[in-house]
Amino acid sequence: MSIMNRHGVLERHSLLLTVAILVAVSIGGIIQMVPLMYMDNTIEKVDGMRPYTPLELAGKDIYIREGCYVCHSQMVRPLRDEVERYGHYSLAAESMYDHPFQWGSKRSGPDLARVGGKYSDEWHLDHLKDPRALVPESIMPPYEFLAKKELDFDDIQGRLKTERLVGVPYTDEMIENAEGHLIAQADPEERGYDYVDSLFDAYEGIAGREGTVKARDYDGDPTRITEMDALIAYLQMTGTLVDFSTFEADDLSNAR
Amino acid sequence: MTDANHKVEVDEATGTETTGHSWDGIKELNTPLPRWWLYIFYASIVFAVIWMVLMPALPALPFTNSGHTRGLLGQSDRVEVMAEVNRLKAERSAQAGAFVDASLEQIETDRNLQQFALALGESLFGDNCATCHGAGGRGAKGYPSLADDVWLWDGTLEGIETTLQHGIRHEEDDDTRNSAMPSFGKDGLLPRETINDLTEYVLHVSGQDAEEDAVARAEPVFQQECSICHGEDAKGMRSEGAPNLTDAEWLYGGDRATIFETIYNARNSHMPAWSDRLDATSIKALAVYVHTLGGGE
Amino acid sequence: MNQTIKRTDSTSPLSVGALLTVFLLLTIFIAANAADKAMEIQAYTFLALAGAFLIGICLWGADQNSKDAFDETEYDDKVVKVGVAMSTFWGLAGLLVGVIIALQLTWPNIFYFADFGFTNFGRLRPLHTSAVIFAFGGNVLLASSFYVVQRTCRTRLAGGMWPWFVVWGYQIFIALAGTGYLLGITQSKEYAEPEWYVDLWLTIVWVVYLLVFLGTIWKRKEKHIYVANWFFLAFIVTIAMLHIVNNLSIPVTLTGSKSVQLFAGVQDAMTQWWYGHNAVGFFLTAGFLAIMYYFIPKRADRPVYSYRLSIVHFWSLIFIYIWAGPHHLHYTALPQWAQTLGMTFSIMLWMPSWGGMINGLMTLSGAWDKLRTDPVLRMMIVSLAFYGMSTFEGPMMSVRAVNALSHYTEWGIGHVHSGSLGWVGYISFGALYCLVPWLYKRPALFSRSLVEWHFWISTIGIVFYICSMYFAGITEGLMWRAYNEFGFLEYSFVETVEAKHIAYMIRALGGLMYFAGAVMMAINLTMTALGKGEARDSEAAEKSKQAAGSLQPAE
Ligand code: HEC
Ligand code: HEC
Ligand code: HEC
Ligand code: HEM
Ligand code: HEM
Ligand SMILES: [Ca+2]
Ligand SMILES: [Ca+2]
Ligand SMILES: [Cu+2]
Repeated sequence: MSIMNRHGVLERHSLLLTVAILVAVSIGGIIQMVPLMYMDNTIEKVDGMRPYTPLELAGKDIYIREGCYVCHSQMVRPLRDEVERYGHYSLAAESMYDHPFQWGSKRSGPDLARVGGKYSDEWHLDHLKDPRALVPESIMPPYEFLAKKELDFDDIQGRLKTERLVGVPYTDEMIENAEGHLIAQADPEERGYDYVDSLFDAYEGIAGREGTVKARDYDGDPTRITEMDALIAYLQMTGTLVDFSTFEADDLSNAR
Repeated sequence: MTDANHKVEVDEATGTETTGHSWDGIKELNTPLPRWWLYIFYASIVFAVIWMVLMPALPALPFTNSGHTRGLLGQSDRVEVMAEVNRLKAERSAQAGAFVDASLEQIETDRNLQQFALALGESLFGDNCATCHGAGGRGAKGYPSLADDVWLWDGTLEGIETTLQHGIRHEEDDDTRNSAMPSFGKDGLLPRETINDLTEYVLHVSGQDAEEDAVARAEPVFQQECSICHGEDAKGMRSEGAPNLTDAEWLYGGDRATIFETIYNARNSHMPAWSDRLDATSIKALAVYVHTLGGGE
Repeated sequence: MNQTIKRTDSTSPLSVGALLTVFLLLTIFIAANAADKAMEIQAYTFLALAGAFLIGICLWGADQNSKDAFDETEYDDKVVKVGVAMSTFWGLAGLLVGVIIALQLTWPNIFYFADFGFTNFGRLRPLHTSAVIFAFGGNVLLASSFYVVQRTCRTRLAGGMWPWFVVWGYQIFIALAGTGYLLGITQSKEYAEPEWYVDLWLTIVWVVYLLVFLGTIWKRKEKHIYVANWFFLAFIVTIAMLHIVNNLSIPVTLTGSKSVQLFAGVQDAMTQWWYGHNAVGFFLTAGFLAIMYYFIPKRADRPVYSYRLSIVHFWSLIFIYIWAGPHHLHYTALPQWAQTLGMTFSIMLWMPSWGGMINGLMTLSGAWDKLRTDPVLRMMIVSLAFYGMSTFEGPMMSVRAVNALSHYTEWGIGHVHSGSLGWVGYISFGALYCLVPWLYKRPALFSRSLVEWHFWISTIGIVFYICSMYFAGITEGLMWRAYNEFGFLEYSFVETVEAKHIAYMIRALGGLMYFAGAVMMAINLTMTALGKGEARDSEAAEKSKQAAGSLQPAE
């Protein structure tokens, strides 16, 4: 009974009760979240992770805006069937520049962590416009309007700058040329021609691997840069950055 | 628990004492903790502690950088799944025996090898190919049917394997199947009227109603511009992946508007190469599977 | 008890007005310089709603001179009434959107509109979750916490006008969040989707909520704080902490809607599910347990089963809940040590959760017969049964081997809705059915048989919903990992989608039934408030009208 009696103190002092509650609910979170920030083996050391190009980043914003994450995960679990269906299990390193993360919590549609390069741009275009034209059983919504809407990238510099503020290693050069890089990637033949080389230098040369930046018209309409261009550019990039041939899965720190 | 205002009473229905408090008429009984509840709670704590000892569980303290506790069992999902996948690979190649080395013809004639190939091929086809080529390879607009005996490039086993390995117009593969129909209208190679005529011509050779005069006007143009790929008789040319225009099988559609659009813009759609994504066994198995779907040559 | 009429907090309308004015000015600036169209619309929405509130305060102030504003001898029930009306309204809206998205997944050809991108599943789903959890559930919590804290502290709400700020400020938050989703404004963090400026606004509202609540406890006339208030307090304090940390982000510009999350990848995932799981634990559990601790003993007219159990399960619940977040990240790239903690703490959470259920159920000992005659009490007791079910199921799903199967599937959706339709929904309906007659001084509800109808149609609806989802989830989980005789994957992904079609139909039907029940409730409550049917004022009610509004005498 003595504990019960002592509890009376808390029942009579509202501030004490509030503080006690705060203490009780703080401990678990601190022990689980803080170590992830400083422990070395939280994020694997890999080759190839680079910041997203401005066009890919714009595509990711559309992916978020349209709520693709409510149906699609981007997290291949280390389970036999997933590795066989989708490919190598996902690493923490692969989402290290995702502010916020896009792992998802429900798979109404298949995992998209490794969809980059799996299909052609035309397929993505056809599929996003009308999923059931290609996959009759699909329950995915149609996104035809994305192909009609010009991409708004007025503030792409500010967008990159904010990413840098939270730790994504964009260089001054990348930020300065963000708009040119974006145009160059979606439309390498026209307005952005001067920037194509600079785009490759910046994103493949500095952090990334060769062949991971793809400059081309994605939506079948080279005269315009649409939201569809950006979204498909993003999808075609997913899962292609990390070089798995150099990833040491057996290394203890990677086994975790 | 008593004070001046709060009198402990005994609740009639349960015979238990109250704590003596009352809020807006609500009182509380002073019932002890249910035993079963407490014991299960203890048991779950014991289980949890044991589990934490066995499994990786506790993070390292700051500045130690030494990694977390790995647990007595030292279990790791990643190690386990890689071991399992590798074991499977080994098992499969043992099970399939000669499959990897066998020629495609051998596979198609050996019952066991063929069964193995079909099982694997069907399994892969659903998630990788059916999205474009439809369930069972029935095809869709712009994506050829693989279940008929009409082939754009090559319907032999080796041919299909090559298509899969390198893709079609897949820019990142130098050995990809490549040939691009020019955009006759969009790039201003032919005037619009001529393309109208050519549309009639294609309608004509495919046995549909067409305007006679236009067909006649288009004949020489076709021989000059198109026959290099589609052949003088418009029966197509495998080496160029150029479809037969005289059959009723259409990749994009055989109505006037679609044909016009094809000639005006050209399509030149892509199929990705699969050799980066799928291993040699899988591609082989898929080739066998596709070959048996319908019209393998 | 010889209090004279006291006007406390008579400055509060001024300070509320000043705060609103500051925000209105800021918003005018944003509206004029908005970096994106969506932000502009949001700014005008805010101007309209906060402006209306400010005007309302002025009109009210002009009308107040002779009346006793914030009369300390009376409970502040008007603000509770608003909360009750709002919960009913948002409840209907949220359930309707739930039915719509259920139909979309069932018949995509009919319920998707290619020309109206904002009606796509990806935008409506967050609208549904926020509408039911934050708009419906949140308003139930606001209304009932304000009602309960006054009665159990025997004092009027603290803060004068500030409780009104909490309630209206909260509606503004909901309106901004909801219209924002349709406009495509989202952070993509589940249950925390609103963007930075809405998060900021909610932070202010929430801190005021905490202060009002604490202030009321502070001036209580009961020596001890009642257990319901421990739970309310834990709910308010912890949600504040979770909300602030999980929403740390940097806006791209101060006049634009987009922000960038402070954390990335694995750290962000951990933070998100620390938040997400405890949104369940503190919003959907602790808050509603508080409701349970007042309304069940009150309605059953029985003492709470065990004071000691209250103490032990309260502290163990809130301490352990916080650790369980990683069970949403099993087998992901989150380091395995964190997953172990998530699993083990989830298992330890089982009994603390059941403590609440036992305390509620056993409160009925000696009064079980009331379940037959009182459908409202029955609803609340069934809600405890669902609570018990989903808090048994939850720890089970937290076992990694089970989660490997259930994660990403409809099983999760089944679990969520047994918790939310059964537990959260039913305890809320019970509280609303209690509150309306009490607040409007009616002798009874408009129609008891309508409550019976509500109870049965929605119970069958829940059964349809969760059974179909368990079936669909296990089917699809097994299909994903099914191998043919050669050990290759047996089914393609779309085959698993196809396999769920009939279950989706049953779910949609179940949802529709549940929605129909809620419509009945809305009618019943409205008629009760209007004093129709069995709620018609009798003499007895007149008498209770005199007594119930004012503070209860000490015992
Ligand atoms: C209602 C749920 C839903 C939403 C929302 C949704 N999808 Fe899908 N998605 C599906 C389903 C189901 C499939 C599988 C059938 C198919 O291929 O259409 C799919 C398939 C896909 C695929 C093919 C994946 C593969 O490997 O075959 C891609 C790519 C894709 N979706 C991208 C998107 C994008 C981008 C968005 C948002 C703009 C989106 N999806 C929104 C349900 C959804
Ligand atoms: C992104 C869509 C896409 C995917 C995925 C895809 N294909 Fe194709 N495939 C095409 C297109 C488009 C063509 C026709 C290209 C052309 O115009 O010649 C084609 C052609 C083919 C051909 C040549 C047909 C012929 O007539 O010569 C074969 C064989 C084939 N695909 C098999 C497969 C198999 C097997 C897979 C799965 C591993 C697959 N495809 C996946 C789009 C796709
Ligand atoms: C350089 C080679 C080339 C030339 C020249 C060429 N084509 Fe083609 N044609 C192709 C290829 C390759 C395809 C298949 C395109 C694809 O798969 O996307 C094709 C497809 C077509 C189709 C669509 C068939 C279907 O099944 O839908 C039509 C119609 C057509 N060509 C007509 C013409 C006409 C008329 C001309 C001349 C004005 C012409 N082509 C010149 C290579 C050529
Ligand atoms: C002891 C109590 C509980 C535990 C241990 C628990 C555990 C779990 C687990 C393991 C998941 C699945 C995570 C995944 O695989 O994605 C989950 C999901 C969920 N649970 Fe519970 N649960 C409990 C009680 C409840 C209750 C009472 C409610 C409801 C009101 C609830 C609401 C949810 C929601 C909303 C989700 C979905 C989260 C998401 O993925 O978006 N849970 N819970
Ligand atoms: C008419 C009743 C309802 C229907 C028809 C309904 C329908 C749905 C549907 C279709 C989904 C999406 C599932 C998916 O993505 O596959 C969903 C998700 C969700 N609903 Fe409901 N719902 C209803 C009531 C409620 C209520 C009352 C609550 C809470 C109080 C609630 C909370 C949720 C949550 C938290 C999710 C997200 C689950 C997750 O992320 O795992 N729903 N609902
Ligand atoms: Ca374009
Ligand atoms: Ca937010
Ligand atoms: Cu949880």
